[in-house]
Amino acid sequence: MYLFGTRIWALGKRFGFMTPVQMYRDRWECGHIGTAIFAVQATLLVPYIVIAVMGGGTTLNAVSGGVVPYWFGGLVVAAVVMSYVFFGGMQGTAWVNTFQTVLFLTFGAAAIVFIGVSIGGFPQAIERLADAPETAALLTRERVPPEFFFSYMLIPLSSIMFPHISIFCLTARRMGQFRKTVVFYPLCILAIWLPCTFLGLAANAMTDVPGIESKIEARATLAAERETLSPAETADLQRAAAGDDVIILMLEHYAPLWLAGLLGAGIMAAVMASDSQILALSTMFTEDVFAWYGGKARFGPAVQVQTGRLFVVLIALVAYVIALQAPPGIFGIAVQYAFSGFTALLPLLVAALFWRGSTKWGALAVVAWTAATMTAIAILQAVVPAPPPGTVVPVWTVAGVDVVTRTPGGTDVLGYMPVLPMLLGSSLLMVVVSRLTPKPAPATLDRYFPDRSPSPRP
Amino acid sequence: MRNWLLAAAVCALYLLHQDVWFWNAARPLVFGFLPVGLFYHAVYSLVVAVLMWALVRFAWPAHLEADADSADTVSNPTAGTGERA
Repeated sequence: MYLFGTRIWALGKRFGFMTPVQMYRDRWECGHIGTAIFAVQATLLVPYIVIAVMGGGTTLNAVSGGVVPYWFGGLVVAAVVMSYVFFGGMQGTAWVNTFQTVLFLTFGAAAIVFIGVSIGGFPQAIERLADAPETAALLTRERVPPEFFFSYMLIPLSSIMFPHISIFCLTARRMGQFRKTVVFYPLCILAIWLPCTFLGLAANAMTDVPGIESKIEARATLAAERETLSPAETADLQRAAAGDDVIILMLEHYAPLWLAGLLGAGIMAAVMASDSQILALSTMFTEDVFAWYGGKARFGPAVQVQTGRLFVVLIALVAYVIALQAPPGIFGIAVQYAFSGFTALLPLLVAALFWRGSTKWGALAVVAWTAATMTAIAILQAVVPAPPPGTVVPVWTVAGVDVVTRTPGGTDVLGYMPVLPMLLGSSLLMVVVSRLTPKPAPATLDRYFPDRSPSPRP
Repeated sequence: MRNWLLAAAVCALYLLHQDVWFWNAARPLVFGFLPVGLFYHAVYSLVVAVLMWALVRFAWPAHLEADADSADTVSNPTAGTGERA
């Protein structure tokens, strides 16, 4: 936000851009390549909408004790989000976001206090985990390879590439409004990840909760019998061991019904976080495709709006169908596809803002590389089933070194998550292809990189 | 000089995310319940917020705002029918 967001804002203010694709089209004097950027960005948003549908289905299913089926819960969340995005627009969505976040943080804090008091304090629970040999490793990262953890340092680079963040930057009234966001962002993220991580850890000590006990048993079976399990049995056990709903299970067990309902509403608020993405998709389609190809001039603004909504409904339907088939593990899906893909697109923004020598062909190479690698990962993970925890399946070995491996959580490249080679590859392609291809016109470059040297005195 | 120091601080903090020194350690349990690795990253987030405050306070790119305010906003040059690659 500090480095890129302020510069995106300045370009939006000076040239009247509303979407990042408008900026790229003007910066690199391109048309259809901008459409390719839109297509990849829209595709990468689908996994993000998928996890919202999955979160809604899982949460409503858990809150209702299984009465509301997973498929119906996901459908309800998708329909509610789309309705308030369609009728509320950007301002309405921003207010809903604010309310959701306050609700989640407030009731999340209440959940921690209530669960902590109900179990007689967290120190005893954590001490039990630390003292038991089978759970002590959960309090450390001894099962997490350093390369895997390092890969997570690249994931936050994706945030500025998410179209809804770029659109917020382009359309903000004043740049000064970014100051508080820059300072408070780490604190707000801390307020979300720390309670979630800690409660997820503490849940392992709450074996008196039936739902959690069955998850722990499933995980133990996976670890003990991984050699003899069939792929179908492994998949069933992985679904049974998934931890996406443990906070709700804890609340159901320890909190009174009325409080569990309120706290469940707070969690539902968190899982409906796909609204900004849906709004961004609608804006991008209407501006970058419909208006760009002459639809607005031909059919008018009313048809433009309706077409944008129809596009969003189609995307949401695709996401819903994927969510019904997707394996468990919401966080993993978000990291592997949405976050990794947008991180791989970062060289687009860096080159557009800071490198005069970048070209539209370099941009196309970045987009093609990102699309190809994401497709390859999706195919690989569909063809090679996820192995049980603690094991990996070598997919490509060179001279005895496992280059690509299928892991329980996804795919690794030399031990790193795919985001690392994806980012390195897209950066390299941007540099090499741009050096080999013609630059935009000098007049365009002068608009983006004005000469700041003091003019000589007459 | 000040900007270089801030840039160096950003790089150093970025690298400090990889806290190999607490990799296999659960204890001490800070406040009696927080594993030390988790506590490190909570403090890390607080330090990042302080550094962000320093960037905003001492190295805010105010020239961007001044440039944008002084230049008249032009109409979006990419609107209309596409004709280029």
